[in-house]
Amino acid sequence: MATKVVMEALSPTMEEGRLVKWTKNEGDAVKSGEILAEIETDKAVMELVARGDGVLRKRLINEGDTAPVGQLIAIVAAADENIDELAGGAADAQAPKAEEPKAEAPAQERPRDARTSVPEDPAHSQGEASTPPQERDRRGHERFATASQGAALGAGDAEPGDRVRSSPLARKLASDRGVELGTVQGSGPGGRIVKRDIEQAATRPQLGAAAPVAQRAAAPVAERRISTEGDYQDIPLTQIRKTIVRRLAESIGPVPTFYLTAELDVERVAEMREAMIELGDQYKVSFNDIVLKAVATALQQHPEVNAHWLGDKMRYFNRVHVGMAVAVEDGLITPVIFDADRKGLADISREARELAKRARDRKLKPEEYTGATFSVSNLGMFGIDHFTAIINPPEAGILAVGSVEERVVAVDGAQAIRKRMNVTMSCDHRVIDGATGAKFLQTLRRLIENPLMLVY
Amino acid sequence: MPIVTYRDALNQALREEMQHDDRVFLMGEEVGEYNGAYKVSRGLLDQFGPMRVVDTPIAELGFAGIGVGAAMVGLRPIIEFMTWNFALLALDQVVNAAAKMLYMSNGQFPIPMVFRGPNGAALQLSAQHSQAWESWLAHIPGLKVVTPATPYDAKGLLKSAIRDENPVVFLEGEMLYNTKGEVPEGEEILIPLGKAERKRQGEHCSVIAHGKTVLIAIQVADALAKEGINLDVIDLRTIRPMDVEAIAESVKKTNRAVVVEEGWEMCGVGAQVVDYIQRECFDFLDAPVLRVHQADVPMPYAKNLERAAKPDAQKLTAAVRKVLYLE
Repeated sequence: MATKVVMEALSPTMEEGRLVKWTKNEGDAVKSGEILAEIETDKAVMELVARGDGVLRKRLINEGDTAPVGQLIAIVAAADENIDELAGGAADAQAPKAEEPKAEAPAQERPRDARTSVPEDPAHSQGEASTPPQERDRRGHERFATASQGAALGAGDAEPGDRVRSSPLARKLASDRGVELGTVQGSGPGGRIVKRDIEQAATRPQLGAAAPVAQRAAAPVAERRISTEGDYQDIPLTQIRKTIVRRLAESIGPVPTFYLTAELDVERVAEMREAMIELGDQYKVSFNDIVLKAVATALQQHPEVNAHWLGDKMRYFNRVHVGMAVAVEDGLITPVIFDADRKGLADISREARELAKRARDRKLKPEEYTGATFSVSNLGMFGIDHFTAIINPPEAGILAVGSVEERVVAVDGAQAIRKRMNVTMSCDHRVIDGATGAKFLQTLRRLIENPLMLVY
Repeated sequence: MPIVTYRDALNQALREEMQHDDRVFLMGEEVGEYNGAYKVSRGLLDQFGPMRVVDTPIAELGFAGIGVGAAMVGLRPIIEFMTWNFALLALDQVVNAAAKMLYMSNGQFPIPMVFRGPNGAALQLSAQHSQAWESWLAHIPGLKVVTPATPYDAKGLLKSAIRDENPVVFLEGEMLYNTKGEVPEGEEILIPLGKAERKRQGEHCSVIAHGKTVLIAIQVADALAKEGINLDVIDLRTIRPMDVEAIAESVKKTNRAVVVEEGWEMCGVGAQVVDYIQRECFDFLDAPVLRVHQADVPMPYAKNLERAAKPDAQKLTAAVRKVLYLE
């Protein structure tokens, strides 16, 4: 008698599990209670044990695969028992389930609801209780017909959950052209992503848009702007990450943000600036230029905060493109210093100045303000001591920089007046945890407080 | 090229085929002495005599059955119904005799015959006489169903229908009889059954139509072309067998489609077309396929209500705009 091995609910809140490791091979003898596999639940890695004796005849999912609770994942049966029907049926019946997210089910129910909720003729509803059955059938039919003529297309406009609505063609084009559906704004009914949306998105510089590797290697730094494949690493979400994401978003909103503040000593930065100015005007750089350089260098050492949140995965970049918030007449815009970690202070300073000017003149091209991997916003020039910046999705972090002020601080047990500057990092908690962000700020502090490290 | 009415194009087809093959004969109510209720058979009695142009009593089931019997013994009958609404009385012969005879006789009795007559609504003929029957008839294995829209197609398709070895249901349009179009003279026009034709070339949206609605589709296509919207108008011409390839080719190009027909929505011809589209073109669709059809009511007699119930250019235009996401 065959025993079906299903994904079991190994924690009270578990809805799906990721198979970390099979501990038995196909063909191995199995006794009830023996461990078959290690399963990562939303909380921990747990053991899945056999519920019957026999041979592990068939494993239906691979290591690394995720399966919803209840899905058949293996079959234990006698060595000579025919399990074709069980295994074949399972493959057919389970495959779509495994692929489709759970939110699909209510989405598909919806149009039907919309049909039945088409307003009824009031005269009809009054007689509802005493209506003979055949008349009710007829009315049911009429109601259906009216709805399917008029309302069918619009039905389901308000679908629950975060399912991305898109036409089949749009999905195919998006996959052909490497456009992330989640990053595209749909212009069709109910936000449906349609062909024209993908075409527009594809003409914009896309993260992950293909460019030959050889060409990248040869191109000078200044021309290599957009991040291409190989410049980043996509990491699928683990169960614990998924649970964190869901819980945090429930709590605080779509981008669960937290803030880390540090007061940095910029005495040495100030000294360095002055020393540079003495060398001549061409060596003049601003505090902000130095901050940008330091942030870029720190990001290079902390790819874990140099990242994008892409809905179903996190993207960690090997290249550092720093967005720089610039106030313009009626808002703000964030031009990007590409490969900032590989540019010298002089380049960063000049580029920052040019970008800011072009931003205010409204002369920025789209490719100059898209593709940042992290951003910096500075309101110090307005005398702001400290503030929190709002993350620019899909980036996972932004650094808010306050003014440089002289403050009385304790230095080696004595009072001293030092130049100090507050920075506050806003972190998307789905990607960056508290300690991760803190380590980045630690590095940043080291760099800013010892600016000579920036020339290394 | 001569401009000929749909009515006269059919007359030419009948005349040519009766000349071409003396087994062909025409039978129905008023087809002889009266030259046909819609004058399609004008002059045929004079030319071919009462053996080949046979007036019948008002007894559709009876003369349809005589036709099937004649086909069984080697003749090639053309049965004219004064309208397809009257043919309801003869459906037992069409569906249970003509369509099944070859199959149930194990191939002994092919039924090379044509059932023809006007189909669909005309003007203010009310609920019982304004019906489009193609979805009923196309449902039946063993029948071919043809719905010509233009005089040229009417002639070419009727000639092919008469030469076909199977029972063919040939659905004309009362409102089409007076329409005119080019029909070349002195050349044999034989249009193969089962082949659709592109009546307008466009890249923005496919409109799949047949019979009378082809004219609506062309009208809408020409009007929208002035706005820069180009419709690909596919005239099915034959409902069964249906030219799935032509439909798929068009929809794969335009990524969207509207199907228009005279009949009702439920289980209509358009439902079958949409089914083919979703199966053949799923990855190519950028919008749900919409249908334009008669309102789901018996055809009203009142002029304003009749107009509201019928598919028309306005409804088709609205559907096209909707699948183009223009509103």
